[in-house]
Amino acid sequence: MVERLLMKGNEAIGEAAIHAGCRYYFGYPITPQSELTAYMARRLLKIEGAAFIQSESEIAAINMVYGAAAAGGRVMTSSSGPGISLKQEGISYLACAELPCVIVNMMRGGPGLGSIQPAQGDYFQATKGGGHGDYHLIVLAPSSVQELVDLTIKAFDLADKYRNPAMILGDGLLGQMMEPVQFKEFQKERIPSKEDWALGSCQGRKPRRIVPFNLDPDELEKIVNKIGRKYEDLPKEVQYEVVNMDDPDIVVVAYGTVARVVKTVIQKGKKEGINIGLIRPITLYPFPYAVINDAANRVKQILVAEMSLGQMVEDVKLAANGKSKVFFYGRTGGVVISPVEIWEEVKKILNQN
Amino acid sequence: MMKKVFARPKSLTEVPFTYCPGCHHGIIHRLIAEVMDELNIAQDTIGIAPVGCSVFAYLFFNCDMIVAAHGRAPAVATGIKRVKPNNIVFTYQGDGDLASIGTAEIVHAANRSEKITVIFVNNAIYGMTGGQMAPTSLEGQVTQTSPYGRDPKTMGMPIRMCELLSTLNSPAYIARVALTKPAYIIRAKKAIKKGFQYQIDGKGFSLIEVLSTCPTNWGLSPKEANEWLEKKMIPYYPLAEFKNVEEVS
Repeated sequence: MVERLLMKGNEAIGEAAIHAGCRYYFGYPITPQSELTAYMARRLLKIEGAAFIQSESEIAAINMVYGAAAAGGRVMTSSSGPGISLKQEGISYLACAELPCVIVNMMRGGPGLGSIQPAQGDYFQATKGGGHGDYHLIVLAPSSVQELVDLTIKAFDLADKYRNPAMILGDGLLGQMMEPVQFKEFQKERIPSKEDWALGSCQGRKPRRIVPFNLDPDELEKIVNKIGRKYEDLPKEVQYEVVNMDDPDIVVVAYGTVARVVKTVIQKGKKEGINIGLIRPITLYPFPYAVINDAANRVKQILVAEMSLGQMVEDVKLAANGKSKVFFYGRTGGVVISPVEIWEEVKKILNQN
Repeated sequence: MMKKVFARPKSLTEVPFTYCPGCHHGIIHRLIAEVMDELNIAQDTIGIAPVGCSVFAYLFFNCDMIVAAHGRAPAVATGIKRVKPNNIVFTYQGDGDLASIGTAEIVHAANRSEKITVIFVNNAIYGMTGGQMAPTSLEGQVTQTSPYGRDPKTMGMPIRMCELLSTLNSPAYIARVALTKPAYIIRAKKAIKKGFQYQIDGKGFSLIEVLSTCPTNWGLSPKEANEWLEKKMIPYYPLAEFKNVEEVS
């Protein structure tokens, strides 16, 4: 029987990372994720051979990650909004050099210094690249503290499997809330060996070079195309949750915190005789286009609810491909959408159409 | 029977240098490689190439190499060294890289006394981008971006990194050297060797600043460039050991 623990979201991520064999963390404090940095300090500074550094900046942190990943370490950094923006150059280098790592973004209100309240305005930045050049992150969007644990572990595995940085895209609310969690046994053997590419001692082999550039356009194109082929493989990793999708009157697409709110609205709908289906993308990149496309064949209306001005809605429209009408409801600036707002929006759409 | 008295260091690859005639990068590369040979550490060394003319350093050293983002080599080195504490880690950085865009990284890596060796090449100009003002460009120096000469009133005075970093308690070794004559080259090699030896001995952070020429962007011949360095740079950037943990009582 695996023990159940009551944990705060941010700390659960930290414990999950250590559980998954992460021994290197570099970060800089920023609300609303500082508990994660503090947790990693508390734990890693007591583990022989591990490293925790409160770096001088977010930029330094991501470049320490770049070095640690190049040396073959399971490594993580975390931040929120402005700090993630600062890391983007380094993230682009990691992607080009095909170095695995996990980056946590507990989103807060933006743009600018914004607010420290939960938001989902970094969807574009997370899923469309974020830094310069042709690349994507693997992006996982948890919706509970247990998922923060499970997806953090999964993020390390996917990052290693595809040799690509992976991001946990949570928000301030998930980071701050407490829920019971379980840590299933982790088999260390599943961490792949990096002996065939990581930097180290070149005794008995040719020296290795990790070079995230090439001045010859044809050569750089080869590098980028190789990275691009990984993204073609990624759809097989798509993960989503569907709720009440047997015979829905309307489908709501939402991720993270907002999906939790929608689940409350589904119950309300049942009482009122309206069947509200939910599709909750768990992988934001790769995005679950197929299941949304399938839903678009079955319902006339899809509502996308986000804590932003409307970002994921663009991917939902691509997925629906004109087969159903796609509506959007959003709050931004750090305002969390209430069940009443979504319920009113659902009724409005159903009454008008 | 002929005796071989001069050979390419084993720690250099066969790839020909890409540097301009009279540029000191080649000498500095060679000195590092000779030190790696003498200390027999190439097989355990990981080097970090910067952004700038010496980005191609990754091609020249016969050890594992990685290219870092502009200014971030000390952070990258930190990440590598913390994962592989038994490897020897060095960064190779220019003045724009280390003293401008990467000032935070070098100050904090030095302050944490990361067990790395930093080779800081100061040629008082941006080479690869075509001759813009560096944080170390001299007062009155004409560059693309100080076309009327560096005016300290609006552009500040050139930064002396060794002196600045020497105010920190933790670094093990900080020295400035030059290469304009054989005696200087011998001293420079000794300083570089000390830097690596201190890392091997676990003493902490070491930085060797090498005053260097950029004849192309200075608009001088190699010979004139050496003279300019001796006449203009050395008086402002004195050659010295600024910090040596061995000599602290």
